Amino acid sequence: MAILFDQIVIQTVNGIVTGMILALVASGLTLIFGIMDVVNFAHGELFMLGAYVGTTTLVATGNFWVALLVASVTIALLGAALQVTTLRPLLGRDPLTTILATFGISLVLQNYALWQYGPVARKIQEPFTGHFKLFYLEYPWYRVAIALLSAAIIGALWLFLKYGTYGIWIRATTQDRIMAAAMGIPVPLVHTAVFAIGAGMAAASGVLFGPLVGVNHAMGLDWVLKAFIVVVVGGMGNLGGSVLASIFVSLLEAYASLWVSPAQAVIVSFVVLILTLLFRPTGLFVPTPK
Amino acid sequence: MTSLGNGRAPLIRVDGIHTYYGKSHILHGVSLEVGRGEVVGLLGRNGVGKSTTLKTIMGIVHPTQGEITFEARPIARAAAHRPARLGVGYVPEDRRIFRLLTVMENLRTGLDRPGMTEARRQALLDKVYHYFPVLAERRSQAGGTLSGGEQQMLAIARAMMLEPKIILLDEPTEGLMPRMVAQIREIIDVLHRDGVAILLVEQNVPLTLEASDRVYIMEKGVVRHHAPAAELRLDDAVIHKYLGV
Amino acid sequence: MPADSPAPLLRTEGLTIRFGGLTALNDVNFAVAPGEIRAIIGPNGAGKSTFFNCVTGVLRPTAGRILFNGEDITGLAPHRISQKAIARSYQITNILPNATTLENVRIAAQSRRHAWSLLSHHRAHRDVLDRALAVLAALGLKGKEDELAANLSHGEQRHLEIGIALATEPRLLCLDEPTAGMSAAETHDTMELVRRISRDLTILIVEHDMQVVMELAQRITVLHYGEILAEGPPAEIQQNPKVLEVYLKT
Repeated sequence: MAILFDQIVIQTVNGIVTGMILALVASGLTLIFGIMDVVNFAHGELFMLGAYVGTTTLVATGNFWVALLVASVTIALLGAALQVTTLRPLLGRDPLTTILATFGISLVLQNYALWQYGPVARKIQEPFTGHFKLFYLEYPWYRVAIALLSAAIIGALWLFLKYGTYGIWIRATTQDRIMAAAMGIPVPLVHTAVFAIGAGMAAASGVLFGPLVGVNHAMGLDWVLKAFIVVVVGGMGNLGGSVLASIFVSLLEAYASLWVSPAQAVIVSFVVLILTLLFRPTGLFVPTPK
Repeated sequence: MTSLGNGRAPLIRVDGIHTYYGKSHILHGVSLEVGRGEVVGLLGRNGVGKSTTLKTIMGIVHPTQGEITFEARPIARAAAHRPARLGVGYVPEDRRIFRLLTVMENLRTGLDRPGMTEARRQALLDKVYHYFPVLAERRSQAGGTLSGGEQQMLAIARAMMLEPKIILLDEPTEGLMPRMVAQIREIIDVLHRDGVAILLVEQNVPLTLEASDRVYIMEKGVVRHHAPAAELRLDDAVIHKYLGV
Repeated sequence: MPADSPAPLLRTEGLTIRFGGLTALNDVNFAVAPGEIRAIIGPNGAGKSTFFNCVTGVLRPTAGRILFNGEDITGLAPHRISQKAIARSYQITNILPNATTLENVRIAAQSRRHAWSLLSHHRAHRDVLDRALAVLAALGLKGKEDELAANLSHGEQRHLEIGIALATEPRLLCLDEPTAGMSAAETHDTMELVRRISRDLTILIVEHDMQVVMELAQRITVLHYGEILAEGPPAEIQQNPKVLEVYLKT
């Protein structure tokens, strides 16, 4: 029994770490959907390209934190460019067109990465090694650092939305884009900015997660699927909900891997998704509208 | 007859606009004008296109034909946020308060503009709090928790934050208790005294005739009658024809 | 209603519908005689659409009864109401844009007859085709049978909408703002159409256009805040002080 308790604690820590990265990816996704009703199928590729830009910057500068910053900013700009050229002209059209557009972008970006960086996985070195003793495990400090950093980034986003000068523009446009324009808010610009922010956050997650897995052109696929599940479970457009849902689903998966293999533990997230859609389709953490 | 006849350029001129919702042809060539500082009423039965006219001016829908100018600048096909930036305020029929933003944040959507010093912001806020004290009380409350009447006050205050040259009011007294209708009437006067022009769409005929300088009456997507309010107050026949049964 | 008039085709007794704290219809006692053209008017929010929704089974009343031809139809599902020969046109057109004009009407006509015959070809049902062609003629759309419905003008589409309702061989036809968004010319055509089809039908029409109401209706029911404010022939309603007050707030 003592061993089981240890394992539960370890899985809790693992679940929270994975959950926070997932939250970082999912926040961008839910923010984008909430404000412009775009289901961004290219989000995983922005994550992946962020990781790649991180590897090259790391090689060039040797500094992990610079790589994190450069990757986030570069991919944010890429996101802005993509939104302006391919999504802005589609505003107000059938949602299917934006899904097709972002899906197309994801294919282009995946193949670009393959062409640019080759099929061999790359590695990002952690900025610091070092472990602490968690029961019988040598637990890397870096994993804890990821969770804290993700939380910090999401926290900064939340503060910006709530109190920042342009946070009000974003929140007003999310709630009622027509009335926001009638108040002089430049809605197209706000849309581009939010897409850029979402892309930047995805890129940051890619760099942060890079040291834990290999960086390859397909790394986005797993994550974007999980991120979509979490966005639905948390309530589409609901930032707090997606964070809670990320942690919730990741914890469940982590606990499930105590009994089944991690590959099978993934089933948990799908079960949660199905249950959510059946019983609380607006989101687990969202009060059901009357 | 749509021109002001006094030689001054109008603040807003709407010229022969046709607006569609999908295939539904709502406006069949609407023309009207509002001069600087004027209160102009727009009357007509339900469904004639009064709200659509305001929405077209505000850039919420684009006309397929015709032109709209603000201070001689064409705005009919401009980006949706242009009219507000130029000085057109809008108070829609369903108020459209940002429900999840607080009262203060709602006001800030109009208050947070380039060139707004702290002093000017405070002066504007003091002004609306003076005329709508309930908004001061509820400033940290979410917009969605306000009553219908309070939301109407907030919608008007929010438009005032833009320091507009003209405010488009769409049925501001609909569904309000008489006491609040009087408050609306008062704020129209206040705005008028401040030199803000008003284009007032209303179902409340006596209020409109009392508050307006001139009145247009619409029927089936066109302006059918135009007269100074003073004249219309005595013209029961026209009122009955276009507004009665 | 006068003592010697025929039994009403549609009647409501104490019809009430509440949505939470809002009473949309309050104790409405309505009756329309067979063959009548009755207009229902009233300011925004008076309950006109809600009334239609109750009669056509879209909404279930909170209290009261609806009787059609003496039969209680309260709370019946919309497809059942349609089987009872009540048809309705909508403010937002419900036509099938990618089908031809004839197909739109024929599908509706087919629902009334041979709805369940799986094995025979639809072209074998000559009676359905004849009915559809007759409806198109009444609509003034003869010659446009093979035109895709999406390509019709707005006015023609609204007429087609009425035609679809007509093809189900109703005894009561409910028209919901049939002239909304129409020009004066299209409105005139619609009035002609309603007059043409009114011979064998009872018609309820919700409208804002007073000219249409005054010229078409034999009787008018005025709704206000969910209650019947006044009822009577157009001339009477025009002079009714309570009605004037509501419309002009004088």
